[in-house]
Amino acid sequence: MSEYLIKNGHVFDPVQGIKGDKKDIAINDGKIVDKVSSGAKVIDAKDKTVMAGAVEIHAHIAGPKVNLGRIYRPEDKLFSCTPTKGIERMGGGASIPTTFKTGYEYAKMGYTTAMEAAMPPLFSRHVHEEIRDTPIIDEAAFPVFGNNWFVLEYLKNQEIENTAAYCAWLLRATKGYAIKVVNPGGTEAWGWGLNCLSVNDPVPYFDITPAEIIKGLIEANEYLGLPHSMHIHPNNLGNPGCYQTTLDTLKIAQGIKPKNKFGRDQVMHLTHTQFHSYGGTNWGDFESKAKEITDYVNKNKNITIDTGNVTLDETTTMTADGPFEHHLTGLNHLKWANVDVELETAAGVVPYIYSPNISVCAIQWAIGLEIALMMKDPMRCYITTDHPNAGPFTRYPRVIKWLMSAKAREAQINAFKHKDKVLSQSSIGTIDRELSLYELAQMTRAGPAKSLGLSAMCGGLKPGMDADVAVYNFNPDKPVANPEDIEKAFSRCAAVFKSGVQVVSNGDIVSNGQKRTLWVDVKVKENPQVMRDINEKFIKYYSMTQNNYEALGHHFVPNPYAIEVDATQ
Amino acid sequence: METITITMKNAPALYLEADNITPDTFAGKTAAQIAGLHVHEGNATSTLGKYFEVSGGAGATAADTKIVVKGDVSRVKYLGFKMSAGEMVIEGNADQYVGAWMKGGKILAKGNVTAFAGLAMKGGELTIEGNAGNYLGAAYRGDWRGMSGGRIVVNGNAGSDIGMYMLGGEIIVNGNVDVHLCTHAEGGKVIVKGNANSKVGGQMVDGQIIIFGSIDTMMPGFKPAGEVELEVEGVKAKFSHFIGDMGERHKKRKGQVIYANLYKKI
Amino acid sequence: MTKTITDVICPFCGTLCDDLEVVVSDDGKHLLEVYNSCVIGTEKFLHSQAKDRITRPRLRQDDGSWKEISYDEAVEYSAQMLAKAKKPMMFGWSSTNCEAQSVGNEIAEISKACCDNTAATCHGTSLIAVQDIGLPSCTLGEIKNRADRIIFWGCNPAHAHPRHMSRYSIFPRGFFTGKGQMSRKLIVVDPRVTDTAKMADVHLQVEQGKDYELLDALRVAFKGEWLPDVVAGIPSEKIREAADLMKSGRFGIIFFGMGVTQSLGKNHNIDEAIAVTKDLNEYTKFSIMPMRGHYNVTGSGEVFAWQFGFPYSVDLTRGFARYNPGDTSTIDLLIRGELDAMFTIGSDPGAHFPISAVKPIANMPSVCVDPHLTPTSGVSKLHVPVAFNGVECGGNCYRMDNVPIDCRKVVEPPEGMLTDEQFLIKVRDRLKQLKGVA
Repeated sequence: MSEYLIKNGHVFDPVQGIKGDKKDIAINDGKIVDKVSSGAKVIDAKDKTVMAGAVEIHAHIAGPKVNLGRIYRPEDKLFSCTPTKGIERMGGGASIPTTFKTGYEYAKMGYTTAMEAAMPPLFSRHVHEEIRDTPIIDEAAFPVFGNNWFVLEYLKNQEIENTAAYCAWLLRATKGYAIKVVNPGGTEAWGWGLNCLSVNDPVPYFDITPAEIIKGLIEANEYLGLPHSMHIHPNNLGNPGCYQTTLDTLKIAQGIKPKNKFGRDQVMHLTHTQFHSYGGTNWGDFESKAKEITDYVNKNKNITIDTGNVTLDETTTMTADGPFEHHLTGLNHLKWANVDVELETAAGVVPYIYSPNISVCAIQWAIGLEIALMMKDPMRCYITTDHPNAGPFTRYPRVIKWLMSAKAREAQINAFKHKDKVLSQSSIGTIDRELSLYELAQMTRAGPAKSLGLSAMCGGLKPGMDADVAVYNFNPDKPVANPEDIEKAFSRCAAVFKSGVQVVSNGDIVSNGQKRTLWVDVKVKENPQVMRDINEKFIKYYSMTQNNYEALGHHFVPNPYAIEVDATQ
Repeated sequence: METITITMKNAPALYLEADNITPDTFAGKTAAQIAGLHVHEGNATSTLGKYFEVSGGAGATAADTKIVVKGDVSRVKYLGFKMSAGEMVIEGNADQYVGAWMKGGKILAKGNVTAFAGLAMKGGELTIEGNAGNYLGAAYRGDWRGMSGGRIVVNGNAGSDIGMYMLGGEIIVNGNVDVHLCTHAEGGKVIVKGNANSKVGGQMVDGQIIIFGSIDTMMPGFKPAGEVELEVEGVKAKFSHFIGDMGERHKKRKGQVIYANLYKKI
Repeated sequence: MTKTITDVICPFCGTLCDDLEVVVSDDGKHLLEVYNSCVIGTEKFLHSQAKDRITRPRLRQDDGSWKEISYDEAVEYSAQMLAKAKKPMMFGWSSTNCEAQSVGNEIAEISKACCDNTAATCHGTSLIAVQDIGLPSCTLGEIKNRADRIIFWGCNPAHAHPRHMSRYSIFPRGFFTGKGQMSRKLIVVDPRVTDTAKMADVHLQVEQGKDYELLDALRVAFKGEWLPDVVAGIPSEKIREAADLMKSGRFGIIFFGMGVTQSLGKNHNIDEAIAVTKDLNEYTKFSIMPMRGHYNVTGSGEVFAWQFGFPYSVDLTRGFARYNPGDTSTIDLLIRGELDAMFTIGSDPGAHFPISAVKPIANMPSVCVDPHLTPTSGVSKLHVPVAFNGVECGGNCYRMDNVPIDCRKVVEPPEGMLTDEQFLIKVRDRLKQLKGVA
């Protein structure tokens, strides 16, 4: 059965500029096509919303720190596990779902592609094992580069070509997708228990600043012409006043033009912007600087962002910003896990409860929504929760409800114990904008796909693109009686197709699909010096041999999809 | 109060998981309906009626329901699991998780119980006339929020790991206790009329421990802080007072540092 | 002639050395020499060549004798056993690869079994501690490159992880530790004067069963508070000196083993050691790491966790995963008479469990998947020999610091012998038929 016709739905497709017209979507052999034969299976989408499958640009869903979170939080699964059901394997984990549950929950909400936001290169096998065991959704992983000894040494000497050659080698060795940067320099400083809290703090011993690291990696990224841009989690995350560091970081992209064959227009993607938009000097005068950040991004079009919305849940924070997690456990005294990774990076994990009774949490909630509602170009602002840091990804329907309904936001504001503080320390009370379905499609499909350099493949319903389609029980012609209906409709799709195979029907999983692992295969000029440097560091400093590091056999990536890039000029 | 009596007539080959034997689940049901409730022996799901004789009737609500459990239930787990009201009397020895996660109501276990009794208790009364096992009134694995309310009384001895991560409520053991009493506790009160073993109050942040008998080995983190006279469960006596755990973090209330308090009868 | 295979990973202990060189015959059928390995690893490779290996499954007969049967018959026995049992246990997993562990998980899910690994007798208590308090840790290369304070607490790497000190913890000259051993101070905490203790700069001969008290005293010493004169047999001045030595380093690590994970207090000992580590991060940089025993017990924990949510002692009998050692752990289940079938693979509970837990295995349907003759195969009804993982077949494994390394196949298994994964796939497929599952 490879022909389908999704009939009579209200289609929202920013790739083709379709804003809710009743249109049929035809699927054949894994792709969207113009038309199908009369033998096609018909999916009735009357009075329903039809969009391309959603694209998750940043979540922590596969790898060592995710699994450390699972291992150390048995209470995250107490009384909430789901049983085996037909072809659906059992699942568990409220804030850190098991891999099977991850795939199923994304699919049920209409997501068909997801990016694992941070892969420590030494652990790439682990990341790929978990990706392989996550059903249905296509995935890719971002290796981290911002604290890597090779990168620090090459950029100290301003050797962009060598940096680029190393990045290309590492992307291939780890089957990675993009250049991810987390707390540049600061996580290497954390190897000594220190940190870099501004873009000008030099890294101990390596004597390079975060600003130099960021600039150098942007340049390396454009030198290579990668599908995605440098993707950054700036220094000083989560501290009152950190917005200034964020602006300093964003300014580094000024004047740099993107260079690639994938339709990407940005040179920097700023992730979980909510955590980087804080004003004030302490937790008492803590306030939102969402306006300052969005003003800058609105004016500077070579930047894309994702929101990092707080969902007001008990969740688990996990990030390669090791020193931040140590700081957090000092604040909330909850169990702290940390892993420093030789030559490369670190990671930390700490549970966190975003209580609506705590004013700081409520203001954080407001900031995430302000960012989405103050950004003028929905093609450059994407909805995330930095899962699980600001909340579980399973809360996306709730975030969508808040963004589409001012009434729902008002109800939440009224439910806050410190409502007055939320209103005084942010401007959420003054915003009455409500996202339209078209804007939602831009912020969850077309926009992230374009930023990732995947706009030819997914994020839209143009014939020739992959047949990733989501059908929601949401009638755009009916006024919304109750905002809870929005959350309900986006929680469970009527139907979802992944690469032309129906995977969800009436909210239930009907196929485990045939997920692919996307990765970027960059060809560069031969670079004997970099190869020698790699060789030397493995002999002297790594605890694994180079041959074993590079051995990423087929059983780890059984269904690879390589995106070829030729950077040999 | 309506009473429903269940009597073990057909012992399981393995063990039973009887999470449905609670006033909350029985409330509003007839004896026949109760006999039809699910019970699990390993991965085999069956009905209560296969193992138990059910007689009497339940009340309309949990608060109106009293359950009497008769016969050999030494291989039955989860009696009184999560109950919020009502009463339960267990005549013989029971297995693990008696009253685990209970929020209210009263359980009287006339025999012994094994591990995890009163796990993460929120409220109510759990009385054990025999001995209790390990992890009495402790937290579930990984949860820093342990027992937060209610009262547990053990007439006999209890095991190790009592009151781990305790936040509130009271535990009284008339006999002896084994190692690791109130580890990581941040509230609550535990009274031991008999002897304690070693590792009493390790990593404790707040809360109270009162020992009438001996303590095998004191934790070095408990600093002598003089002597006091206390009245404990109607008994007046003189106690050595210790504060600690001095190795652990401590909170401040109104500018004063708060320590856990350990009292040992002189 | 011969060929030399390099970068071979040793499949014995959690050190997972990956710099071995193995010389095999040209036709790949005979293993001749092993270089760079310790004595234990060398033996692991060489004894795969023993001429008297059992090469086919054997089923215990009513008269107590063994009868050789085919792999297909062994598959049938195993699948039938798992299909019929109300509470079967699938135990072990630590000496096989992640690919096999994953198939095992499928089988456990279909048959609604319990599954567990050797952490149950080893570092399971460390995992409980991590669940209660967290884990500040690092990869072994960080030790090599940065560490100047090494603490071995309740472990004896000179015997149990022979190349640990030369590859990672004491001798290597790393990026910031160019003076090698000279740039490090070693503290050993052990009631015994072991070969490791003999190398120490400071040996604290802790009184047995009092590690928890000594760890608490260290935390008190960090804060400069009052201490009794002697704690755990150690005078308080010595404790304060050790505390200062730890604080004065620039990167420290505590390695620990069975001396604390399985002595009085168990998980609490580890909990307090992690608390010590956490406290030290207020003054300097410190990490802590368990000295995992089996070469892939860590991997079993990882695969259980990402598929079911818990690292060991997982109960799937209700169709979803549950976890609570004491209730769901193998030894407790056996001693209390909760199980009615036992499937052991990649481990030897017969040798390591209390005898009261081993006896029930002899009285229930039981399978032992193991290339060796062991006490476990001795009490099981069916013994299924398989290829040596990491020698005769490859597959992913996780080191004691959770780093994944893909083991290599260096030599052919005996003719017609299956690997763990191949046998398990057959059992799974037969079980699916019996259960009517797609």
